[in-house]
Amino acid sequence: MDCCDISHQIDIPSDATKIVLAGNPNVGKSIFFNDFTGVYVDVSNYPGTTLEISSGKYKDNIVIDTPGVYGVSSFNDEETVARDVIASADVVVNIVDAVHLERDLFLTQQIIDMGIPVVVALNMMDEAKSQGLDVDIDKLSEELGVAVIPTVATEGQGLAEVKDAVTDAQVGHSSLQQEDELEDLIAQVGNRPEALLILEGDENIAAKHQQEPRELQEEIYKQRRERVNEVVDSAVEIKSEGNNFKTKLAQWMVKPITGIPFLLLALYGLYKFVGVFIAQTVVGITEGTIFVGMYEPLVRDVISQVFASGSLGYKLLAGEFGVLTMAVTYTFGLLLPLVIGFYLFLSVLEDSGYLPRVATLVDRILTELGMNGRAIIPMLLGFGCVTMATITTRVLGSKRERIIAIFLLGLAIPCSAQLGVIVGLIAPLGAKFFLIYVGVLVAVYVLAGTILNKVLPGQSTDLLIDLPPLRIPKFKNIFHKTYIKSISFIKEAGPIFALGAIIITLMEHFGMLVAVQDAVAPITVGWLELPKEAATAFIMGIVRRDFGAAGLTDLAMTPVQTTVALITITLFVPCIAAMMIMIKERNWTESIAIWFGSWITAFVVGGIVAQIL
Amino acid sequence: MTLADVNCGEEFKITDIKDDKIRAQALRFGISEGANVSCAEKVPGGPVIIKRNLQEIAVGRRLAKNITVEQ
Repeated sequence: MDCCDISHQIDIPSDATKIVLAGNPNVGKSIFFNDFTGVYVDVSNYPGTTLEISSGKYKDNIVIDTPGVYGVSSFNDEETVARDVIASADVVVNIVDAVHLERDLFLTQQIIDMGIPVVVALNMMDEAKSQGLDVDIDKLSEELGVAVIPTVATEGQGLAEVKDAVTDAQVGHSSLQQEDELEDLIAQVGNRPEALLILEGDENIAAKHQQEPRELQEEIYKQRRERVNEVVDSAVEIKSEGNNFKTKLAQWMVKPITGIPFLLLALYGLYKFVGVFIAQTVVGITEGTIFVGMYEPLVRDVISQVFASGSLGYKLLAGEFGVLTMAVTYTFGLLLPLVIGFYLFLSVLEDSGYLPRVATLVDRILTELGMNGRAIIPMLLGFGCVTMATITTRVLGSKRERIIAIFLLGLAIPCSAQLGVIVGLIAPLGAKFFLIYVGVLVAVYVLAGTILNKVLPGQSTDLLIDLPPLRIPKFKNIFHKTYIKSISFIKEAGPIFALGAIIITLMEHFGMLVAVQDAVAPITVGWLELPKEAATAFIMGIVRRDFGAAGLTDLAMTPVQTTVALITITLFVPCIAAMMIMIKERNWTESIAIWFGSWITAFVVGGIVAQIL
Repeated sequence: MTLADVNCGEEFKITDIKDDKIRAQALRFGISEGANVSCAEKVPGGPVIIKRNLQEIAVGRRLAKNITVEQ
C-alpha cells in the first residue's frame, strides 16, 4: 500500500527539501504553516484515513503540516499520518508549547532520536512568562543539540527567525541507548526513522519492511522520558505560581458543583447560537429564500426541458426528493449552516481548553453507558446532524464504544433539522407534555446505553487525556478549523444524501413507500392510538427527519397523541443518510441490527407511553 | 493503595501502571512509574486529575484503580 508517499498529490520537484511541521495538539502550528506557505495551500485527504493534510511551498521547498500528536507511533489515525509524514521529512520544524515542555519535548526528543534535522520553535513564550516560567533558551538548545527559537506566533514574533533557521537545522543529541541494535536495523531497512520505529515496536512499519516489531518500546520510552525530564530540569525554572484565576477557573470547570452549571450555561449558549440564530434566522434565508425560493424553481425549469415532468428521470433529478432539488437544498441550505455553527462552537470549546474538561466532568455518566468522556464530542454534534456525529465517533477508542455511540445517536438524539419542528409542535402543549417528551427520551437513552454496556462483550476504554491550560481562542484558528471540517463534511455526507434521495425516489416511483405506509398503519392506529395518516409521517421521517415531524403538523391530534407521535418519530429512525453512513462506518449486519433495534424501541416505547397516558 | 484512593491535594508517587498502552501514553504525557505527582482534583465517582508541575492529566476512575501509588 502506498502509505508513506504523498508527493503524488502535490506538484513538487523531486529534489525539493521536505519541511515538515510537527507538534502536540493546539500549540499554534497552523500559524507557522500559514506563515511558511502563504495563501497557496493544497489540502488533500490522507489515503486510508479521514484526515486532511495541508501542504504548500516555501521558496523551492515543500512544507507539509501534520496532525497534532503527543508522540509518533500507531495509537490512532492522527499518529499514523504524523508518523509517515515525519519519517519522510528532510527537516522538521517542531513547534512546542513553552508552558508544557515536559509533555511537548517527548515528541521533540523522539524526532531527534530519529536522526532528522530539527528546528524547535518555542512558542507561547508570553504565556510562559505570565505563568512564572523562566526558560533558558541557550541551555535548552545546548541540551537538545538543535536550534531553539523563542516565538509568540499569534503576535508574529520569531516567525522569520524560524524560517531562517531551517537551512542549517541540526541533528540533535539522541537519547537512545540501543545504537548497536539500531545500526543493524538501519542496514536492513535503509533509513534511521523507520528503523527506530520498528525498534519501538511499530507493527505497521515493521510489516512494511518484512521485519518483526521489536519489543523495546517501553525501555526506549522510559529512557526518553528520563532524558526529557533532565533537559527540562536544567533549562526551566518555576519562579512563581503564575496566573491564579485561570487555575481556579480550570478547577471550577471540573468540580461538579460549579462545573455542571457552567456546562449548562455553555449548552444554553449553543442553543441560542445554533438553535435559534442559525437554525431559524440563517437557515430561513439559505433554505427558504435562496434554495427553495430561487434555486429549486430554476433547476426544475432546466430539467423539465430535458425530461417530461412526472417521468422517472425528472423525479430522480428534480422531483420532490430529487438529487438536484431536495438533496442539494438539504445539504447546502439546511445542514451546512448548522454544521458550520456546530463546528464553530466546538472549535471554541476545543481551543479554549474547555472541551477536555467537559469530557472529564461527564466521564462518569458516559462510562455507565459504555463509553467514556470523549464521547461527549459526537453526542453534542448529534444535536446538529446525526450523520456528521456518526462520522465523528471515530475519535472513540474501541469498536464497542463506537457501536454504542452510533446506536444512541440514531435512537435518542434529535438532530437540529428535526428539533425545530418538534419544538414548534410541543411548545404549545405546555410544560407537562414537554417534560414527558424530554423525560422519556432521556430514560430511553440512559436505559439503552446501560443495557448495551451490560450486553456487549468486552470493555470500553478508559479516559486518559491531557488537560491543556485555559486560553482565549484565536479567531483565525477557529475559522480555519471550522472551514476544514465543514468542507470534509460536505465531501463525506454530500454523496450520501444524494444516494439517499435516489433510493427514496425509486421507492416512491415503484409504489413501495405506500406499501410500507399501509403495513405500518395497523401498529399506528391500534398500538400507538394515532390517526392512520401518522404512518405517512413516520415513513417521511426516513427521508428527512424534519419531514417526518413536519408531517404531523397538519394532523388533528390531541396533546397526548402529539406527544406519543413525537416520541415515536424521534426514536423511530435516523434519516436515510444517517442509516447509510452507519453502513460505511460499521458494516451491513451491525447497521441492520441498529435500524431494527431503533424501530422496535420506537414502537414499544411510543406504545407504552400511549397506553399509560 | 491505588490512584483511586488518593485525596485531592495529596502528593504521592506512581509505582505501577498495569496496562502497556496506558503506560506508554502516560510516559508521553510526562507521567512515568516513579514520578512524584499530586492530585489536583477528584470528580466524585469520576476521573482523578493528576498534576506534575504545570501538566494536568485526567485519569478515568476504573483506570485509576489499576494504577498503584505510594505516599
